[in-house]
Amino acid sequence: MRKRRVVVVGGGLAGLAVAMKLAELDVDVALMSLSKVKRSHSACAQGGINSVNILTRQLGDSEWNHFDDTVYGGDFLAHQPPVKELAYWAPQIIDLMDRLGVTFNRTPEGFRDQRRFGGTLYSRTAFAGATTGQQLLYALDEQVRRWEATGHVTKFEMWDFLGPVLDDRGRCRGCVAQDMVSMKIRAVEADALVLASGGCGAIFGRSTNSIACNGSAVSRVFQAGVHYANGEFIQVHPTAIPGADKLRLISESARGEGGRVWVPRTPQDPRPPGEIPEKERFYFLEHRYPTYGNLVPRDIATREVFNVCVKEHLSVDSERMCVYLDVSHLPRELLDRKLAGILEIYEKFQGVDPRRTAMKIFPAVHYTMGGLWCDYERTAEGGLAIGSPRNQQTNVSGIFAIGECDYHFHGANRLGANSLVACVFSGLTAAPGVANYVNHLPRHPADEERRSLFEGSQRRHEARYKAMLARPEGGPNPYRLHARLGELMTRVATAIRHNPELEAAYAEVCEMEEQARRASLSDRGDWANQNAVFARALEDMFPLAKTILRGALARDECRGAHYKPEFTMPQVDADDPAERRRQAEIWCQRFEENNRKWLKSTVARLSSDGEPQLSYEEVDTTLIPPRPRLYGVVGGELIEEAWNSRQATATAQERS
Amino acid sequence: MITSSSSAADRNDVREFDVRVLRQDGPAQVSYWEQHRVAHEPDMNCISVLQKIAEKATTADGRKVAPVVWDCNCLEEVCGACTMVINGRVRQACTALVDKLLAERPGEIELRPMTKFPVIRDLMVDRQRIFDSLMKVSAWVPVDSYHHLGPGLRQSQESQQLAYLYSKCMSCGCCLEACPQYLKIEVACRDGDTPEEFRTRQREAHDRGFMGAHAIAQVELFNSNPIGAMNASERLDALTSEGGIQICGNAQNCVKVCPKEIPLTWAIARAGRSATLHTLKKWFDR
Repeated sequence: MRKRRVVVVGGGLAGLAVAMKLAELDVDVALMSLSKVKRSHSACAQGGINSVNILTRQLGDSEWNHFDDTVYGGDFLAHQPPVKELAYWAPQIIDLMDRLGVTFNRTPEGFRDQRRFGGTLYSRTAFAGATTGQQLLYALDEQVRRWEATGHVTKFEMWDFLGPVLDDRGRCRGCVAQDMVSMKIRAVEADALVLASGGCGAIFGRSTNSIACNGSAVSRVFQAGVHYANGEFIQVHPTAIPGADKLRLISESARGEGGRVWVPRTPQDPRPPGEIPEKERFYFLEHRYPTYGNLVPRDIATREVFNVCVKEHLSVDSERMCVYLDVSHLPRELLDRKLAGILEIYEKFQGVDPRRTAMKIFPAVHYTMGGLWCDYERTAEGGLAIGSPRNQQTNVSGIFAIGECDYHFHGANRLGANSLVACVFSGLTAAPGVANYVNHLPRHPADEERRSLFEGSQRRHEARYKAMLARPEGGPNPYRLHARLGELMTRVATAIRHNPELEAAYAEVCEMEEQARRASLSDRGDWANQNAVFARALEDMFPLAKTILRGALARDECRGAHYKPEFTMPQVDADDPAERRRQAEIWCQRFEENNRKWLKSTVARLSSDGEPQLSYEEVDTTLIPPRPRLYGVVGGELIEEAWNSRQATATAQERS
Repeated sequence: MITSSSSAADRNDVREFDVRVLRQDGPAQVSYWEQHRVAHEPDMNCISVLQKIAEKATTADGRKVAPVVWDCNCLEEVCGACTMVINGRVRQACTALVDKLLAERPGEIELRPMTKFPVIRDLMVDRQRIFDSLMKVSAWVPVDSYHHLGPGLRQSQESQQLAYLYSKCMSCGCCLEACPQYLKIEVACRDGDTPEEFRTRQREAHDRGFMGAHAIAQVELFNSNPIGAMNASERLDALTSEGGIQICGNAQNCVKVCPKEIPLTWAIARAGRSATLHTLKKWFDR
């Protein structure tokens, strides 16, 4: 019998993790990527990777707490069994990465050092300088090279995934892809397909994402019938450096090591930040969230930065909105040892040394919490049944999704340093399920049938490509169209959303989609044609852009990264204590009603006319009951009190 | 953001500037210069310049041309993809800031592909040889399995700090471009070659060529790792084989151009010492 083979699309942390684990399980892997896998976007992750550890444990931390922080940080939108399993695996994953040679920072005694990240009160985050993602990526890249040397892994680097090949029973039998150098299109036969192609930041034009994060592979399986869930949940990171080509991230670890966010109390104070005295600075996060301070979750920090600039007019510059992120008060030795990587980025691109002068930062699109819908098999204890082919498998048989391009783990908002662990986790734990799936496949169809299936698919993609090259001149410019799409999406579908704007944007995006199909190419050659690859990726951004807008438009509530001012919760701010108490009661009532309606995953499927059709899926919240997400906000203690007494009453009623 | 370099550019009142690109339509084709004109914007780097060129696809004298092809991904100098020769110096296009370049050489920026790797097209080169060298020196920790077998070994802060320097290598190829002993190897695809046959011939040719500073530093990295050290001799065998450390002429150019400031000459000195000891030991053990 022919050896089983799996195509993995994407060579970042998740793709490499699944590839090396599949190779270990003696399944052959074809690893496909838009870039050399060592140059994948995981390299950009800076801050670290989370797990409970020996130190936090002694301060009362546990896997359950990591699980709870993640679920609470994600505003309860994630199915809980995968998150629980992730939290319990996290310490083992970091041990494994340590064995693989990741140069984690050390304590004087030689243990792995940890720092604190957002959305938790524990220092759970292991790190390698401020380039943790790069270091983890390299460790897995090295392991995959080892399997490449033994022939288990074959790389298809600089190949563009064009779409899955499905047989007449709807089962995935491989894919069609294009070599981005020779421009040859080829069908690749496989027993399963694993999507690990990351997020879709390019839909927003400039973001913190890499160029390859264009969502094209995801869009192509979405167009082939795979469902896409929670598309509207896009994380906007609070601290990035604006740039002409990219918005470069300044990691949360800057705040984890003691960095503070502030604005001058005098609007646009002309003095250099270092000369503004302490009492004339407004540390707005510390002021409003005394418990978590600068380390509130990202969605909250982002909205506060917007708020302080837009509503309170306290932006540092008048022409370009920004606030200060200040590490200049921290010891130089600490900055060099723990944050050098990110401080160098600021210095290289802005020409200012952040060790001396506060950085100017503003929020930027950063992470795709939503993604391809995929399944999981729950155990009686509420964890995952490892080895089940249902884990990470999409609704199309034989297509799996892992890493940033799936929709598990992070719910409505991802906590810092949880993405790296989720990528490695989903890759490592999907592998046994994928192996079981391919090893239990029925016999292959007869050669004739197979040949016609693959040749047919290949010919369809070749025809689409030829038609694109043959388009007449004078049509829309794909690069300008992309800039327009990015500006529109950033304006209406990021930190603050309004229904009339979303509605108008949807119509505009549909009109742009039609234009993208007519976009002219400036290169019609058949050798390393980046123009054609870009124009095709642009066309494929629209199904996802429309899904993001539709999901956002339909969801009339505020949850995690999705925020509509018209649907905010009522205030608890009356002067009279009794009235305040009453307001807190109303708040809790509203909270419960809203959860009944909206504590659901959005699941989109693309209809044949290219319109996303939404339905809603119940979220498994059986392990940790949903509760108000307050993060020690000033005034939140009353809501918490009211909520706790309501819960106590409810429990008492259940008992009697 | 006002920086010293951008204020210098403002003084010259830069509204437009020229970009000279050395283009090549494909492998084994003749290269040619092409002039583009780009409107100046704040905070530009060479990536945004190339993006503008792709968008316009028109030369300075108004001729319609295909967009210039180049490689890039992260745009923040951690992936290594966008390495090219800019104003005569090998570096990453993302961190090559336009205002600084124009301050050094007013009016024009010059972009060329790296010269030590076969050109695929324009500024995009084939750096597969870098990755083949990593395979040759077994640049990985050969763990037993990916099951849970406890943590790695404890490590001092000092050794972690040194290892971290080496492990930041992003395989960009700057050290190889600057190295007098690293010579271009271009394997042509023959008619009738299957992709597999071509790769085999290419890899054999790469393995015979000099591995270069980056691979030597990776040997140091993995041989200093507590678990990696267990198969140090395998890496030293590769290091002393054809195309190994003995080719290094000690020009010390590599360390000067490394964007990550990896102590490459230190690594070469240390690896050289280990290689000598390893060879002697093998000789006495015969």
